[in-house]
Amino acid sequence: MNGELALTDSELDEQNIRQFLTFIMDEEEYGVDILAVQEIRGWEEITAIPNAPIYVKGAINLRGTIVPIIDLRLRFGLPSIKYCPTTVVIVVKVELKQGVKIMGLVVDGVSDVYSISESQASDVPDIHNTDNSEFVRGLVNVGEKMVVLLHLERVLNLVKESEVVA
Amino acid sequence: MSIDLSQFFEVFFEESFEGLDVMESELLNLQPGDLDSETVNTIFRAAHSIKGGSGTFGFTSVSDFTHVLETLLDQIREGQRDLTAEHVNLFLQAVDCLREMLTSLQAGTEPDLTNSNTLKKEFELILNGEVSAPVEQPVTIESDSSLDTYEVSFEPQHHLFKTGNEPLYLIQELAGLGELEVNAHVDGIPDINDLSSDDCYISWVFFLTTDKGEAAIKEVFEWVEDDAEIKITLCGGLFSDDMETASNDEPAKVAVDESIEPENTPVERKSVAAKSNAETTSIRVSIDKVDSLINMVGELVITQAMLTQLGEGEITENKVVALQEGLAQLAHNTRDLQESVMRIRMLPISFVFSRFPRLVRDTSQKLGKQVELKLLGEQTELDKTVMEKISDPMVHLVRNSLDHGLETPEERMEAGKDPVGTVTLNAFHQGGNIVIEIMDDGNGLNTKKIKQKAVQNNLIQPDDELSDDEINELIFMPGFSTADEVSDISGRGVGMDVVRRNIQALNGSIEVTSAQGIGSTFTIRLPLTLAILDGQLVTIGEHTYIIPLISIVESLQIELDKVNCVGGGVDVLRLRDEYIPILRLHRIFNHSGAIEELNKGLLVIVESDNQKVGLLVDDLLAQQQVVIKSLEANYQKVEGVSGATILGDGRVSLIVDITGLIKLAGLKKAGSQELNLGHVDTEVNS
Amino acid sequence: MKKILAVDDSASMRQMVGFTLKKAGFDVTEAKDGSEALEIAKGQSFDAVISDVNMPIMDGITLIRELRALPNYKFTPMLMLTTESGLEKKSEGKAAGATGWIVKPFNPDQLLAVIKKVIR
Repeated sequence: MNGELALTDSELDEQNIRQFLTFIMDEEEYGVDILAVQEIRGWEEITAIPNAPIYVKGAINLRGTIVPIIDLRLRFGLPSIKYCPTTVVIVVKVELKQGVKIMGLVVDGVSDVYSISESQASDVPDIHNTDNSEFVRGLVNVGEKMVVLLHLERVLNLVKESEVVA
Repeated sequence: MSIDLSQFFEVFFEESFEGLDVMESELLNLQPGDLDSETVNTIFRAAHSIKGGSGTFGFTSVSDFTHVLETLLDQIREGQRDLTAEHVNLFLQAVDCLREMLTSLQAGTEPDLTNSNTLKKEFELILNGEVSAPVEQPVTIESDSSLDTYEVSFEPQHHLFKTGNEPLYLIQELAGLGELEVNAHVDGIPDINDLSSDDCYISWVFFLTTDKGEAAIKEVFEWVEDDAEIKITLCGGLFSDDMETASNDEPAKVAVDESIEPENTPVERKSVAAKSNAETTSIRVSIDKVDSLINMVGELVITQAMLTQLGEGEITENKVVALQEGLAQLAHNTRDLQESVMRIRMLPISFVFSRFPRLVRDTSQKLGKQVELKLLGEQTELDKTVMEKISDPMVHLVRNSLDHGLETPEERMEAGKDPVGTVTLNAFHQGGNIVIEIMDDGNGLNTKKIKQKAVQNNLIQPDDELSDDEINELIFMPGFSTADEVSDISGRGVGMDVVRRNIQALNGSIEVTSAQGIGSTFTIRLPLTLAILDGQLVTIGEHTYIIPLISIVESLQIELDKVNCVGGGVDVLRLRDEYIPILRLHRIFNHSGAIEELNKGLLVIVESDNQKVGLLVDDLLAQQQVVIKSLEANYQKVEGVSGATILGDGRVSLIVDITGLIKLAGLKKAGSQELNLGHVDTEVNS
Repeated sequence: MKKILAVDDSASMRQMVGFTLKKAGFDVTEAKDGSEALEIAKGQSFDAVISDVNMPIMDGITLIRELRALPNYKFTPMLMLTTESGLEKKSEGKAAGATGWIVKPFNPDQLLAVIKKVIR
């Protein structure tokens, strides 16, 4: 699948290339830095958190650690869908101002791993200047498809929104 | 063999700090003129251990300094010198200085020696103006480069074996120095009938060719020089030396292996610095606690073996009963084990109390007040983490009592009181809490002044009617301080509000009672541990929450005729003489699918900060101990929730924070009827 | 495996001595003062005893005297850990029955070198 972009390790080093895990949501493909990804899990029973923003589905027990689960569709204001067997939770580790946090992201399904150099990524066009544009790190074309690279630190910085809710 | 000494540093620091604490408290017990030899001995031993350890682990600045301290202590201990008040003060300063030196060494930095050098000079002045001489470094014995042959005669006395020395090993050691020729003389062996198996009858003459010099040979025989005739002669016969005369000189030091290079130590120290933080990370546990833990594990293993055996083969009906019994046993073992493990973290509060004698002594001297400190309940145990965090608030409260609470001796006499004031620290267990009281018999809180100040700072209105207790409560408000001028002792910009906040951060509470002219008492309540909680599992709809058992007063079914609806749509239950606001937990938490009808659910009456509220839940499940996990670590603070836990089936369950919940519901302190529920819905039936 | 009883009230010294000797292949039992050591020593036998001098409850010299009086410890090597200032302690220790001494401060290699003088 990633034939167009297959590169050897030495080429990776030379061109400041990063690997991105991509996933599908509402027929769009998004990418997150693979170094931030801890593991990929299926959807499971979850414990709701009181008065949480709508996109915070609750918390799960990840081998003894309490990990909040964020529905990325709802986070982006996309229509929600019923969770099904292909629904996955991508567990990521991000460094926020309040410290390093481990969180789970609910997405429709994982897609692929691409190697992308920084220079390939284009800036976000002005027309995308919606509320979500701050979450976008760049856009990149992979063959026919366009992948939206995400700014995880911003996507998962929930403080501002929670203040509104509280 | 290379052994990394740095692995012992942390233990060394820990025991040295403990040693310093012991020195300090014992010094404070010392009465010049009336010397208790055991007290002096204890102080001496502590200093001695610090010196020995610091020397061994390469902290020469500390061992040098401790040396003068030890010498003076030794002279006092041996009765060669009388102890004066000046000595005690100097020793106390030395304790502080050592503490600073060790703290910086622990952090991996070289200590500042200005202070220690000044103090050292003062010690030396007392020690007859002795010239400063660094602690003797182990002397490396110069080795003769030339090869010489020595004739060594070794004629042990009969009792040699009884000293534990073994001639064979001495000979082997001698052989290690060079080329050795051994001639044994057995003429001394008596007739078999007179022979005692305990005695040594053989003597030896050795010829040793070595480049290590005579001193090295003497050293081999150092331990037996009093128990044997030893003659060492350089062959060629130019000079002979008799060990008898040599022994009058300073005995040779143990030869230093070339492998000690002083330059090495700082490097090792750095590696430790990277590891160690300011907060101690290890804990010393008494052996009984470990033993009981091992016993528990033993029992657990037995139960496990039993269950394994039962699980083998077909499960018959008989086996089911046995299995159930086994599981009950397992539950019992697990609970015991958990308790034992928790006990490991528990330390007596004397660890905190012990710093106060010094603090009270220094502070009262500075203030010109006479104070007696009483410590009660020092053996009361609490969690190490709680202990570390309660120390600072307590220091603040004690300083406050000394500064603002107690009067000067003159004022006290005028008031007809004993000129010596008393500050009492008391600790005891009450339920699952530890209670710490800080009492003084001073003047009590000045309610008039507090009210005036509160009005000035716009905390209350001039015409507010407040009881004395309510006025006293005001001192915990942010931005309140009664000291007219900020004093060095207590008013460092840190107010009682910070004290209260720190205590509340530990899930504790603080309150004050006071009587004009008689004194004040601050009472701190803290949970024994931060890690485990006795919880009541409750359900609201499909959600399971945990209510801390300690805050539950009772649980009951509501009789609708006892419920009144007051302004703002809040239901209030009349229970005996009290009116208790009813909070529908699911509304506050914004969950749907829970029971709305008051008489169909259950009401859990909880109490926090002297306020009772009833929480409406669907049902009560089991009570169990839960391990508290942080929800904030990966998420953020959630109002009304103090943490999370993992239930037996692996699911996450949240722990209700009663204080936060009451705040969230907008209920003010009882008395004010300003009720403002977040999601009030006038329709009672859903 | 040769058994050594190591006695010191300082935990760090005890750990250092214990660790060094264990690494050199000895079976080490630790005690934190003379009286604890004496109790342990009565219950089993040791090939050597290494003891600090200044300790609470029972000091090292008393310990050595008491041990030497026991039939089991008549010939057992017993070493004192002493400081450079304790010269008179050495003779006091010898009189009580000590085999020899190790001068503090010492490093693990020195300790092993000295141990070799009494047991191998």
